Amino acid sequence: MSLKETALVSEHQALGGKLVDFGGWNMPLHYGSQIEEHHAVRQDAGMFDVSHMTVVDLSGDDSKAFLQKLLANDVDKLKQVGKALYTGMLNEKGGVIDDLIVYLMANGYRLVVNCATREKDLAWMDSVAADFKVSLKERDDLSMIAIQGPNARQKTDSVLEGISGLDALSVFQGMDLTILGRQDWFVARTGYTGEDGYEIMVPNDQAASFWQALVQAGVKPCGLGARDTLRLEAGMNLYGHEMDEDTSPLVANMGWTIAWAPEEREFIGRAALEKEKADGVKEKLVGLVLSEKGVLRAEQEVILSEDGPRGVITSGTFSPTLGYSVALARVPVSIAETAHVQVRNKRLPVAVVKPTFVRNGKKV
Amino acid sequence: MSELRPELKYLASHEWARIEDDGTVTVGITDHAQAALGDVVFVETPEVGSTVTAGEEAGVVESVKAASDIFSPVTGEVIAVNDALEDAPETVNGSPYDDGWFFKVKVEDVSELDDAMDADAYKATIEEE
Repeated sequence: MSLKETALVSEHQALGGKLVDFGGWNMPLHYGSQIEEHHAVRQDAGMFDVSHMTVVDLSGDDSKAFLQKLLANDVDKLKQVGKALYTGMLNEKGGVIDDLIVYLMANGYRLVVNCATREKDLAWMDSVAADFKVSLKERDDLSMIAIQGPNARQKTDSVLEGISGLDALSVFQGMDLTILGRQDWFVARTGYTGEDGYEIMVPNDQAASFWQALVQAGVKPCGLGARDTLRLEAGMNLYGHEMDEDTSPLVANMGWTIAWAPEEREFIGRAALEKEKADGVKEKLVGLVLSEKGVLRAEQEVILSEDGPRGVITSGTFSPTLGYSVALARVPVSIAETAHVQVRNKRLPVAVVKPTFVRNGKKV
Repeated sequence: MSELRPELKYLASHEWARIEDDGTVTVGITDHAQAALGDVVFVETPEVGSTVTAGEEAGVVESVKAASDIFSPVTGEVIAVNDALEDAPETVNGSPYDDGWFFKVKVEDVSELDDAMDADAYKATIEEE
């Protein structure tokens, strides 16, 4: 089967990107050094082609009611056009089908879901939509570029010269540039790195020239390898690692994304989560810090005591910003301030911390 | 295309061995291996004075992406390790055949390397990958 390509694939090849199969897409892992790209985002400005992500526009009279059923967070919180909300989309047993961002648009809503879960997400949305007057339209005519880092907005604004209002954009707020003469361009102050920046949707036929202009403005192209170490340092979940269909948002550090009020809103999964809460949540997501030499990796076992229940690392890496290894782990709620991890043939001591390591360039 | 050195011997597991003038053997990982691993963040070398065995694990190299065992191409006593890799593991990426060497062995039987590949044979194996 041949790999899918984004509108930017020639740019990646021209820049010497190491392209790999990423969920069926031919995507850059890095352009030479993943660590240098990571540092560029923490210290200056880097950009990622995230066009493999799936963008779906929702319209129709029942759009709001549909999303209030479909999503654990409540789109009623979105009061201003362009505003974004992070949420889980749950199954009936309270497991996470996917995590996504939903934007309030002038004529409905826009959802951005993961690439690896595209087929099942669309099928699930279609099945729930059967009871509502809505229409779903995938926007594969759009590319998406994430520009992240302390200087990301300033450098991007210099490329988008003549577009006013970007400096007033608040965090988790987007704006449609169509009325400003850029048809279908959408700029949002969102990201997946723990740094300030934008995620920008742009028509496929204009993506390459925009990318090139950003390179000219001093934004460093970064691969999906750096994107993973950046999000992990920032303590952001990755679908299939920190959560999946058998993992509740309550154990995946996503409790804050569940809108319990109003009580009469029967979102899918609500009954299961209420029962889970009443019974007592058994596990939680924590951060682990390894001060010794070595690298924590996904699937390694977290040992609380010799005979007791164990936890598991969901994502682990060497942290380029901190200079040692950190991990996210799903563990029994009884975990103490220290634990051990079985790393290859050694049992190494780790500190147990809140699942966030770096924000805005600094250790937290 | 990754760099190869004609004077070296190679293992299918991507280590190289160089027979020095004094008969000792220096070991490292190939340019192809460092490129595949990506940024190297830790190197675990064997201890000086310990014995390594041909074909067996002698250390670990960890990159951002993955951990990988280092196999010794020869049997003998470890007489030196590259301590500089402790503080500068990225040297393995920048100079895999020179400054990025891992350890040196006082070999018992240098003919162990007769079975290792020359540069052309190794090149053929990595082109198949």
